Amino acid sequence: MRYEVLFEDPMLKKRDDFEDMLEERRNSSDLRYALKCYTPVLYKGLTPCKVSELKQMVLQSDQLGYVITQVSKEKGVTSDEVTGEAAAILEEMAQRLQLSTVRFFAFTLSKVFKTLFRSICINEEGLQRLQQAIHNHPVVLLPSHRSYMDFLLMSYILYTYDLALPVIAAGMDFMGMKVVGEMLRMSGAFFIRRSFGGDKLYWAVFSEYVKIMLKNGYAPVEFFLEGTRSRTAKSLTPKLGLLNIVMDPFLKGEVFDISLVPVSISYERTLEEALYARELLGVPKPKESTSGLFKARKILSEDYGSIHVYFGQPVSVRSLAESRVNRSQFNLIPRHIPTRPSEEILSFVNDSAYRLVRAQEENMVLKPWVLLAFVLLQKQAAEEKQGTALDELTEQAVWLRDLSRQYGAFLHWPDHIPPSEVVSSSLSLHRGLVRISEGRVQLALEQETRGAITPEEELLNKAVVILSCASYRNQALNVFIRPALLASAIHTAASNRKRKTEIYNSFSFLRNMFSNEFILCPGATVQDFEEACYLLVKTGTLQINQQEVLITERGHRTLAFLTSVLDPFLQGYQVVCRFLCEQDGLTEKQFIPAVRKFIIKHLLTGRLRYTEVLSSDLQKNALAALIRLGAVQKIKGYGTLKLNKVMLNSLEDTLGKK
Amino acid sequence: TFKSNPKKQEIMKWNGWGYSDSKFLYNKKGQAEFTGKRYRLSGMIIPGLREWMESTFSANLQHKTPAAPILNSSAVQPPTLNEAFLKELKSTGIPFSHDAEDRVFRSHGHCLHEIFALREGKIGRVPDLVVWPNCHNDVVKIVELACKHNVCLIPYGGGTSVSSALECPPEETRSIVSLDTSQMNRILWIDEKNLTAHVEAGIVGQDLERLLNESGYCTGHEPDSMEFSSLGGWVATRASGMKKNIYGNIEDLVVHIKMVTPRGVIEKSCQGPRMSTGPDVHHFIMGSEGTLGVVTEVTMKIRPMPEYQKYGSVVFPNFEMGVACLREVARQRCAPASIRLMDNEQFKFGHALKPQVSSIFTSFLDGLKKFYITKFKGFDPNRLCVATLLFEGDREKVLQHEKQVYDIAAKFGGLAAGEDNGQRGYMLTFVIAYLRDLGMDYYVIGESFETSMPWDRVLDICRNVKARIVRECKDKGVQFPPLSTCRVTQTYDAGACVYFYFAFNYRGLSDPVHVYEQVEHAAREEILANGGSLSHHHGVGKLRKEWMRESISSVGMGMLKSVKDYVDPNNIFGNRNLL
Repeated sequence: MRYEVLFEDPMLKKRDDFEDMLEERRNSSDLRYALKCYTPVLYKGLTPCKVSELKQMVLQSDQLGYVITQVSKEKGVTSDEVTGEAAAILEEMAQRLQLSTVRFFAFTLSKVFKTLFRSICINEEGLQRLQQAIHNHPVVLLPSHRSYMDFLLMSYILYTYDLALPVIAAGMDFMGMKVVGEMLRMSGAFFIRRSFGGDKLYWAVFSEYVKIMLKNGYAPVEFFLEGTRSRTAKSLTPKLGLLNIVMDPFLKGEVFDISLVPVSISYERTLEEALYARELLGVPKPKESTSGLFKARKILSEDYGSIHVYFGQPVSVRSLAESRVNRSQFNLIPRHIPTRPSEEILSFVNDSAYRLVRAQEENMVLKPWVLLAFVLLQKQAAEEKQGTALDELTEQAVWLRDLSRQYGAFLHWPDHIPPSEVVSSSLSLHRGLVRISEGRVQLALEQETRGAITPEEELLNKAVVILSCASYRNQALNVFIRPALLASAIHTAASNRKRKTEIYNSFSFLRNMFSNEFILCPGATVQDFEEACYLLVKTGTLQINQQEVLITERGHRTLAFLTSVLDPFLQGYQVVCRFLCEQDGLTEKQFIPAVRKFIIKHLLTGRLRYTEVLSSDLQKNALAALIRLGAVQKIKGYGTLKLNKVMLNSLEDTLGKK
Repeated sequence: TFKSNPKKQEIMKWNGWGYSDSKFLYNKKGQAEFTGKRYRLSGMIIPGLREWMESTFSANLQHKTPAAPILNSSAVQPPTLNEAFLKELKSTGIPFSHDAEDRVFRSHGHCLHEIFALREGKIGRVPDLVVWPNCHNDVVKIVELACKHNVCLIPYGGGTSVSSALECPPEETRSIVSLDTSQMNRILWIDEKNLTAHVEAGIVGQDLERLLNESGYCTGHEPDSMEFSSLGGWVATRASGMKKNIYGNIEDLVVHIKMVTPRGVIEKSCQGPRMSTGPDVHHFIMGSEGTLGVVTEVTMKIRPMPEYQKYGSVVFPNFEMGVACLREVARQRCAPASIRLMDNEQFKFGHALKPQVSSIFTSFLDGLKKFYITKFKGFDPNRLCVATLLFEGDREKVLQHEKQVYDIAAKFGGLAAGEDNGQRGYMLTFVIAYLRDLGMDYYVIGESFETSMPWDRVLDICRNVKARIVRECKDKGVQFPPLSTCRVTQTYDAGACVYFYFAFNYRGLSDPVHVYEQVEHAAREEILANGGSLSHHHGVGKLRKEWMRESISSVGMGMLKSVKDYVDPNNIFGNRNLL
């Protein structure tokens, strides 16, 4: 159950085999399956209790009692009123897990999944480990979040394999869908408001509710570390609030240990593919509504390939905290009094969150198409108008296949099939994004359109395809990111004598710059640098002696590829800096529309190479990074941005040299 | 060689607990038996013990690990004698010895590693000389000579330390003299007007109570070790007695202390019951663990002997309910003389120690009780736990008190389970220490350790420490699941004292004592991390001194150090405990 602290040779990573759970669904009655006998293994320390008892426990807890007294004093209202308020919050929040609803979902989802997907593959050993973990300690399930489907899918799997059904933290926006919202509640979802910053009472009810369910082993608690669905397929910087809450009972000694189980859900084709791309380009996200979901359901009646769900090694919070957290810091204050977590705890939770997201990333299954997306996007950016010959594409994909495997990617490339067939079947699954004519392949950028359209509209249409394609490439960025940062750092270093210290400094700059963009654990620069060096030396790209770094004969191709991985991001951040330099006054709200306009202008005049810099995700990350670095300052209360132009200019320059 | 009081040493084991004639063994029929005549259990067959031992530890009667039968004197290093000191000592007429047996006997307490080594015939650094002062003035002379000749003194009382406090520091190059207080064992006077007694500090607990009882009094101070531990040792370690709820702990019982230090004698000038004269200097003495001097005489509170005593017991459906009940009893400040709560494993263990019953009627009654509790009341035999009670005072009040406590217990699902169970529980306190020696004959090693904590953390600490022990054993390669169990032994207004018992079968381990120590170390870390104290009454000694700084802060350490530096600048009292 221990998490390895030091990196190991990624090639040696052991991973479990997959079984297709839909196979049995195709061969036996869904109804009988939905009505099957369900007797999961439960937590050994569990005292069974009803949903209503849970609520009573929360309302009667010392923790909540303390906050209620506090709030009633502050607001000058009776504590009964505040208790009533708390009860209402709890009512709005609480799940009402019912086996009958789960059975209903089991039946309908079986039908839906069989239509949409070829297979749903699960590592059954992971489920065995999970079962053991559920028996021994309270469990927190931490799935990656790429689709609305994720949490229904999770419960579906757990039901199928007779494992304890989780309670799931869900965003309030689902509540808008009346029937569906209630259905989800009855399948274990509990609803949290998106923001409740200063609301002490809300926070107290919420955290106590989660803790009580967890401590009593009522059910595994499930939530998304990334907070929301990633629109780009890159993992998002983890949110710490809930992780903080679920670790608290261990840190305060209320349970012996807690198991955190990262779960990696990989979709061969994302249901929300084009939806996400539009959203990133500024078509606002449609408010979740039941009818909208049905419409989506209709559109989605085509082949979405397979889903891979990998249940990772349970991570023991106790092991994580060992020799990191001094737990006796909680000895001197009664534990029911809410206290702000210390710096030590915050940094511990933060580091743990990054580790867990990395654990999710590591077990994401990559399909051959992901590699094709790399090649096709790079060709597109290089403006190879006539596309790539199929055999060249295949050759490049095979080369990338070998490279990514050496870097430890969990690649599902069927080795018993000739590469050309692998490539063509991948292309055919994603035929909406590619065009093949006369043996040449390119992105399907020229869509048929009715009537005249402006150059701007044309650009945005292209961008939809490019961002969709990028969302597949992004799935593998975590495999390449450290070597890519190193490659870019080497690229900028003086041409003949590449000094290690200089390269390290440059690596460190880039890593710092992009730490809102990629999952790079804070404070682990040295470790990341060494990991990158190790990989590039091992694969024969570099030779490193005491002071210098040498590129080998065959290393150039790898380095060229790796630098090109980072290029779109470098250009994106650069153009954001340029844009900010040219502004006089700007509010945070104006930033996205204005920078988008600026980028469109430059793309149309051909001064920018990468259409994908139109992604609002990239723009937001760049702004966040600039704020973190102090080049931009948020003026509180007004929402205006104060710009440090000298610094922005110099950052732009530095990025430009990379 | 002169031996002033050969009695004690000759009737006690040199490499195990207690009296030589009292021990557990498996007889020819393979039944467990407790030998001797001293205890209620003596001479009895304990039919359930074997099965319990076999099933709890996977121990096997075929796999024996017998102790070395006699001390091999040649394994003892010859004494390093300070001739000048010796010469002057002789002229005082105070008895002394450098006989190997005398020295080895006073070289250890009863930590597992100490006894384990003795059983294997391994002898480390031992005192070079033993002296037996007869009175306060003898001690003054010895300390003066030790200072004059730079000799290291280690006070020795009953030898029941479980904190490595009596171990000679291996780095000590001076001659080490063990100062055995056993001859200073008189009650000097009893003051019935003020209900105090002035007693020499070498007296052991059972003698003190017996002698006071003859005059109709008692101190009521009954630590589990009272058969062997001494008054001076209690003061030096801040001891706690089973009946502290009525009589108080040692710090509540002591009115006046006389201690001989290298700087001279420290004592207060009067016997006022409470003083506001700056920090209480008694508190530098109590818990000083022999690092500052020798306690020679103590004035203690005494009480008339109780008119009536009654044992009792309560069965709870689970440990959580039991703790809740104890907490409520403490809240209402109505704790009996003693109230202890055993967890399920200890409850089962207690059962295994039931002697063979002579009458069919008793066994029938037992069966009936078991049926009532488990079947009729629906208690889960694998979860229930039992509290043992001891009430003391005048008859009427005891009965009233008893009712009050049982009424509270009933609110927490507790069922009265009879006097016998209670009485047996307390009797076992004295024989349980013998049981470790039996375990050690069959590859089982173990020990108990204690802590104190606020009420709200009792359950968490009990759960986490027990689980930590199990996990550490597994991690350290112990082949069989360990016994990891606990009981709440004292209640206070703001918290409780908890004892942990931990033992395992060490077959297959090359260095079992080291494994044991690692696990105990981890368990202590767990206690501290969860808000428990470093010790409730065993003290720090050398075993726990690494945690002193974090326990009392650097400034606190500095305070204690500066006292040591003033009182004993040349580290004459060089046992290196505590700091």
